[in-house]
Amino acid sequence: MEEELIALEHEDWRHFTRKAFTNRSFLAGALITAVVVAVALFSFAWTPYDVTKLVIADRLQSPNAAHWFGTDHFGRDILSMIMVGSRNSIAVALIAVGIGIAVGVPLGCWAAAKRGLADEVLMRASDIVFAFPALLSAVMITAIFGPGIVNAIIAIGIFNIPVFARVARGGALALWPREFVLAARASGKRAGLITVQHILPNIANLLLVQGTIQFSLGILAEAGLSYVGLGTQPPAPSWGRMLFEAQTMMTIAPHMAIVPGLAIIVTVLGLNLLGDGLRDVLDPRLRRQR
Amino acid sequence: MLSYALRRIAVVLITLLAASAIVFAVLEIVPGDPARLMLGMNAGEDAIAALREQMGLNQPLLIRYFSWLGGLLSGDFGRSYTYSVPVIDLVRERLVVSLPLALMALFLSTAIAIPVGIFSASRRGTASDAGVMAATQLGIAIPNFWFALLLVYVFAVTLRLVPAGGFPGWQAGFWPALASLLLPAIALALPQAAILSRVTRSALLDVMGEDYIRTARAKGLPANIVLWRHALRNALIPVLTILGLQFSFLLAGTIIIENVFYLPGLGRLVFQAITQRDLIVVESVVVLLVATVIIVNFLVDLAYAWADPRLRRR
Amino acid sequence: MIPIIRSILAGAAFALALTTSAFAARTDLTLAIQLEPPHLDPTAGAAGAIDDVTYANIFQGLTRIGSNGAVQPDLAESWTLSDDGLVYTFKLHDGVKFHDGTALDAGDVVFSLDRARADDSTNAQKALFAAIESVEAVDDLTVKVTLSHPQGSFLYNMGWGDAVIVAPESADTNKEKPVGTGPFKFDTWAKGSSVTLVKNPDYWGDPVALDKATFRFISDPAAATSALMAGDIQAFPAFPAPEAVAQFESDPRFSVVIGSTEGETILATNNGKPPFDNLKVRQAIAHAIDRQAIIDGAMFGFGTPIGSHFAPHNPAYEELVETYPYDPEMAKQLLAEAGYPDGFKATLKLPPPSYARRGGEIVAAQLREVGIDLEIIPVEWAQWLDQVFKAKDYDLTIVSHTEPNDIGIYARDDYYFDYHNQAFKDVMAKLDATANEDERYALLRQAQEIIAKDAVNGYLFQLPKIGIWDAKLQGLWHDMPLQADDLTGVSWKD
Repeated sequence: MEEELIALEHEDWRHFTRKAFTNRSFLAGALITAVVVAVALFSFAWTPYDVTKLVIADRLQSPNAAHWFGTDHFGRDILSMIMVGSRNSIAVALIAVGIGIAVGVPLGCWAAAKRGLADEVLMRASDIVFAFPALLSAVMITAIFGPGIVNAIIAIGIFNIPVFARVARGGALALWPREFVLAARASGKRAGLITVQHILPNIANLLLVQGTIQFSLGILAEAGLSYVGLGTQPPAPSWGRMLFEAQTMMTIAPHMAIVPGLAIIVTVLGLNLLGDGLRDVLDPRLRRQR
Repeated sequence: MLSYALRRIAVVLITLLAASAIVFAVLEIVPGDPARLMLGMNAGEDAIAALREQMGLNQPLLIRYFSWLGGLLSGDFGRSYTYSVPVIDLVRERLVVSLPLALMALFLSTAIAIPVGIFSASRRGTASDAGVMAATQLGIAIPNFWFALLLVYVFAVTLRLVPAGGFPGWQAGFWPALASLLLPAIALALPQAAILSRVTRSALLDVMGEDYIRTARAKGLPANIVLWRHALRNALIPVLTILGLQFSFLLAGTIIIENVFYLPGLGRLVFQAITQRDLIVVESVVVLLVATVIIVNFLVDLAYAWADPRLRRR
Repeated sequence: MIPIIRSILAGAAFALALTTSAFAARTDLTLAIQLEPPHLDPTAGAAGAIDDVTYANIFQGLTRIGSNGAVQPDLAESWTLSDDGLVYTFKLHDGVKFHDGTALDAGDVVFSLDRARADDSTNAQKALFAAIESVEAVDDLTVKVTLSHPQGSFLYNMGWGDAVIVAPESADTNKEKPVGTGPFKFDTWAKGSSVTLVKNPDYWGDPVALDKATFRFISDPAAATSALMAGDIQAFPAFPAPEAVAQFESDPRFSVVIGSTEGETILATNNGKPPFDNLKVRQAIAHAIDRQAIIDGAMFGFGTPIGSHFAPHNPAYEELVETYPYDPEMAKQLLAEAGYPDGFKATLKLPPPSYARRGGEIVAAQLREVGIDLEIIPVEWAQWLDQVFKAKDYDLTIVSHTEPNDIGIYARDDYYFDYHNQAFKDVMAKLDATANEDERYALLRQAQEIIAKDAVNGYLFQLPKIGIWDAKLQGLWHDMPLQADDLTGVSWKD
């Protein structure tokens, strides 16, 4: 165990890549995720049509040569909207994960270092947050403070905080009694410094895996919120919003619902595969706990 | 065991109290005057003031919190602003939709997931295992409301086999009512089933790796008997834990599905109450759902502690 | 838990009893309305959904508004007006009974009108009763109403849902258990789902053909479409999904009837707030709006363009759509003249209905073309009423004003348009004092012109009433002169 961890800390890059390239989950996930991110970045430079322009005359076209994925009820090109919408999904999920890490990880590390009352309070506080059904609460928050992308990010981000706090705390608690940490303490280093120098690098893998999972959950959550009309607001295209608008046109323009749904599925699938793959590649011991 | 239980109960109570305070505080800062909403665009200021007084909205904050809390404890959830009936009646009416729906989804997800998990575990490493695992990955990635839309389109609108939405009420007959819950239950159950199959499979594989199973196999017992008689029983513990969590999730997480199918359930009640600023309903239902989650978690913890005394020290 | 299981079991037993009933000629109807009423007392709330369920079905007034928008006698079989135009004497129908068995008499009318205009009244339309000075019972069936000044619209006012006659015994419980004099009695209310009415066997007038009518609440356009398609409901008199109309038109199982409503859909503008206090800016907005694109894109072609705040089917309507025709170049020029050559930024607050949300997206795109950059802010009705309507905290918003004949709101100083024009107020004052119909029409035309020229708001389109129902169903209203789903003439063809 001990040796493994230290070995992990200084893991050989070549060793990692060798494992990565033989892990099918990781390969498939990384490929899909890379394509989605590339599409999102590419959409800044070019999209087939301008998604801010409404061409009412061209509305509700089925997929055809001019519009590969058809057009929506305002005559906008759905392919272009999927491209631009991907930015939105990625941004919301990424920032929400960022909030979770930025607030949760320091809290978790702090609780693990202090133990006692601080730890107890943090755990109980996270129990309280966990007790709130996440989606319901997100709906409540966005409905109350006004629908919109910022509030959606906050609503999703809040529920990431205890997740990362717990992961960080669990990882850190396991590390504190270890020899190399004890050695650092014996040499008079303060808890904060030990956390930064010894704990964080060793829980980074855990956080990366959890981050990938929360990222994919964030994309689903954004889609759900936008679908009930509380997430991203027009004119910004968003996959969830496109589904919301497509719902009433299911019978006359099913492509409006099918295309964004597939975009969500592919992205979430890619991230989940990537997360699974990363877990296997980075730390084989984690596999059995899942 | 008893002192552990008491300590845990104290924690549960404190958590519930904190949650109720958070819910109340958050809803206090909601913009929108419920009295004005009820009377509408052309109402005079004096009519609105009269209604605010009637609804008790003019009392101080703390007094309203404690009277609400006191009411909750004695089973009186207050009266809905918009419907002017006791909240508890509304909740009861909605629960006869949400509870059967959650149970149906739970049943479906279990009925699918357990056999699939066993199948997959017993063929570990084969192509069929890989196929099943890939399918569950897909199941997890599909947003349930999108799946619901497709179900409605195919089975209700195109084939006209089941109602597209709405709930006729149990008084319309057991089967019609059940039929209207079928599509929503399937939509809810699918992602849960995908998760549960994976849990079942990995729990089984974990147990199969334990010494006593190896011993049993070494003694020459057929693989099937080992699987059924020993492994499955022990693997059920993590599976049941996940089921417990999924139940509270299903009860609360139906909000979007109930919107797709237009079911008058708890999730929809909260959603409507939020938009109509029927704060007392939102407060009460959210606290109720939170309490359900906390209590289910508590029971799971208790069961664990009972099974494994080492955990009581924490 | 136990009561739930018990009610499930009870439901199942009840269902078994029901399925044995014979398949006679159909006398039941399930129809849908968009919003659930908050309660069922039309004299204590403005929600249109209350009238949807109760108007003419459960509750009746002295007069009523018919399907063509004209005043008809109801509980009052006749009336006379004194020569000075101040005293109305109403003669009530004999033998009218409330649903609880008590008889209707003049005392109930006095009670109802006095209650509606009292200081602590929560009637949402108190203005309807403002002209009343006193109400007295002459005998059991005769009521005398004295006005403080002649009011041309008094009989019309008495036909509103807010002016129905209630009994003192049941007035306080009408919210939950409405007791009226109409041909239908309240039966049950499944919160969040439906209200059921049943035939009143003791009805004083012509008996209705339906034995049972259930109002389901479906606001979601997609759910509305599916519910009709699946046969869960047989009628949706004000259908919320114009995108699905073509599909129903091609299906012989359904009748599609496009009628008119009193809803002027406008881009309401905060006239008190710069830059919208500048006439040139408002004119520029008017020129930048392409009404037909909005009607096509947001309403799928259903809706009539309007140029002022007036319903096109009204005899006093004047065609003003071309006052500021669609002309983006002209709009840019006007903006430059107003001192905004590069346009400006503003907000557009949108309430929940799809005409507003979709229409808002199109308006924002059209104004962007001329340099006005609108930030779209979706709001719930509660916030809309608080922020926009009450606090005037808005730049632009889209809303449909569904009250009939409501051009008078432009004379109200405290109204959320923040529009003040003495000339307009003078016209309105003259109108109030004029009884001659031709003169009234002339004044109304003048009023329409003033606000059209001032471009007080962006006038978009008259909201259509899209009615979809089973082809075998007859007798539902085609137009919506006021919010109501009058079921008294509804029946099934064989």
